[in-house]
Amino acid sequence: MEPLDYLHDGDTVSSWLLTTDHKRIGLLYLFSITFFFFIGGFAALLMRLELLTPAGHLVQAETYNKLFTMHGVTMVFFFLIPSIPSVLGNFILPLMIGADDMAFPRMNLLSWYLFMAGGFFALSAMILGGVDTGWTFYAPYSSVYSNTRVITMAVGIIIAGFSSIFTGLNFIATIHRLRAPGLTWSRLPLFVWSLYATSLIFVLGTPVLTMSLVLIALERLFGIGVFNPALGGDPLLFQHLFWFYSHPAVYIMILPSMGVVSEIIPCFARKRIFGYGFIAGSSLAIALLGFLVWGHHMFVSGQSLYAGLVFSLFSFLVAIPSGVKVFNWIATLHKGRIYLRTPMIYALGFIGLFTIGGLTGLMLAALGLDAHVHDTYFIIAHFHYIMVGGAVMGYLGGIHFWWPKITGRLYSDFWGRVSAVVVFIGFNLTFFPQFLLGYLGMPRRFYHYPPEFQVLNVLSTAGASILGVGYLIPLVYLAWSLKYGRKAGPNPWKATGLEWTTASPPPKENFTQIPLVDSGPYRYEGEEVAFD
Amino acid sequence: MTDASAASPPFTDREQQREAARIGMWVFLTTEVMFFGALFLVYFYDQHIFHDAFASAGGRTDLGLGAGNTAVLLLSSLTMALAVRAAKQGRDRALFGRLLLTMILGSAFLALKGLEYARHIHEGLLPGASFVYEPAALARPAELFFYLYFVMTGLHAVHMLVGLAWLAVLAVRARGADGRVDLGTPAEVAGLYWHFIDVVWIFLFPMFYLVRGH
Repeated sequence: MEPLDYLHDGDTVSSWLLTTDHKRIGLLYLFSITFFFFIGGFAALLMRLELLTPAGHLVQAETYNKLFTMHGVTMVFFFLIPSIPSVLGNFILPLMIGADDMAFPRMNLLSWYLFMAGGFFALSAMILGGVDTGWTFYAPYSSVYSNTRVITMAVGIIIAGFSSIFTGLNFIATIHRLRAPGLTWSRLPLFVWSLYATSLIFVLGTPVLTMSLVLIALERLFGIGVFNPALGGDPLLFQHLFWFYSHPAVYIMILPSMGVVSEIIPCFARKRIFGYGFIAGSSLAIALLGFLVWGHHMFVSGQSLYAGLVFSLFSFLVAIPSGVKVFNWIATLHKGRIYLRTPMIYALGFIGLFTIGGLTGLMLAALGLDAHVHDTYFIIAHFHYIMVGGAVMGYLGGIHFWWPKITGRLYSDFWGRVSAVVVFIGFNLTFFPQFLLGYLGMPRRFYHYPPEFQVLNVLSTAGASILGVGYLIPLVYLAWSLKYGRKAGPNPWKATGLEWTTASPPPKENFTQIPLVDSGPYRYEGEEVAFD
Repeated sequence: MTDASAASPPFTDREQQREAARIGMWVFLTTEVMFFGALFLVYFYDQHIFHDAFASAGGRTDLGLGAGNTAVLLLSSLTMALAVRAAKQGRDRALFGRLLLTMILGSAFLALKGLEYARHIHEGLLPGASFVYEPAALARPAELFFYLYFVMTGLHAVHMLVGLAWLAVLAVRARGADGRVDLGTPAEVAGLYWHFIDVVWIFLFPMFYLVRGH
């Protein structure tokens, strides 16, 4: 008899809330971060509505400040950072390397509880009045002057940070020790490589953010501190500590997406990945270089010009491993047998949007141009191309790629393709006008603006509405597929990789026998295939 | 978890499980380095800017107590290393005794540290409204020095408390062990943590006690 799949192996509440099964924990994360995504999206919606008109009709400055803080904090710390690692990484990583579970299953569950506890504090801070510092918490505003719930919010982010740290630690130990026999480092799927690189940032960066927020909270509580210049402190010190984590945090968001894309492209081009070693190495290179570029957020903050020059140089260097990836994906597509299924459309969208985000990043890495567009909508547009156009497209691509594995059901590919296209169009209409607005000089974080910016703002708000619809469609057809979707076989995409060798959904132990690996990944031969 | 015969899931053999525990602990210590690292950066930055004030304030900490405490902590690392050795040899009674000794030394460190804190507070060196410092011209940066002193040694003391609790759990397990349970890896991992706290103190000691004016 076939063993029960993980979804049916225990149906009590405690079999979910006390589970140590990485697959169930992945699903717990899926529900939690989807919840936070819509909270952050709600704040964005209100902001875009406010910006329809030049004057403040819907909200005034104070509320607007709280809205963009709520949007930033929720999306960065409670959606983007845990998105792919904690949902897809948790679910797929052990399956990909032929393991039963993570190295430390109980710590994995603890990570989720820490995440929820952090989310509870963050939500409390928002409900009890909100925070108006922006997600960047710049001192001394955050540490002295702001009259909002800064400490509650900081506590939430600190606790959620420990969730990141334990997740990273678990991934590293799992990848090192639990690979199936024969699965050498050079045979690892590229998604595993990208999770490894991401984990390095989790464990090296997060503690520094934790400590800088602790120092902010202490300075607020006791009125003594190292950031407030009136007390002999230095606000730039906070910016250095904050960006030492928060710049690499962008790579926490984008690296896993790149890993997902590296899985999807060869599968739907039916071709081996081009330049496997370079793609794997470039993930590590991005993770390491990412720690040397934080000062590019501070070009106009008053740091030394010479520091600025070095940070500028290193920021340009990040383009090399990023470009290596893009060219390798394109080379993989070249002469491939391309199937435009839903995951593939998301992956192709990722390549285009990430490229725009990356190239505008190079413009910002140039000292002179950055002085012109610093703190304008150009910056907003740039990092949304990376964090939404890149990271979220990759996340949705991954959800659609592994959905049959996770649920055992196939969704409607037609509606999948519709949603991918709607998201792509809505995204560009939202954020491309913001490049123009920023270049024309519209500053970020203001609830009102001069009337000549209205046309572009209306376009952007219209785009945001389309984007919102694009994000809602998958909720409908994915939920529908749970009951009415056709049953998926073990390998609906005829993909390579160990996760496709076990049942969909997998049994609790993942594999009925330990898999043996005798070859590298992505053994696609350009064959014609019929998907399930 | 520590049944001598079989590995617990998801591991397939004992050595794999031991290796994972070791890797996990080393990665955790890396995060600790970054955690303290942020504070070290703040200290060295301020020490660079307020060089004279830090030298003056450094003269107000108790070098004798600090040095004594350093010796106590180093000694506890020795007894901890011996405890790990006993655990690997399967000598549970020796393990128990050495853990107890380590905990006594760790507690002595915390007691001496508490004594120092009490004295500093009595002398008005606790940063905040009651902070008093002569010469008054250096009071602001000297307050920063003592702020960092309390934050960093306080964080270190919190780590000591966690370490003591950890060793207590291990000691209870060693007491109840009857030779069938392998405590080698749990002891080794706890030992790594204990030595790490020791190493942090080796850096804190010169920063707060040996940086003093002449």
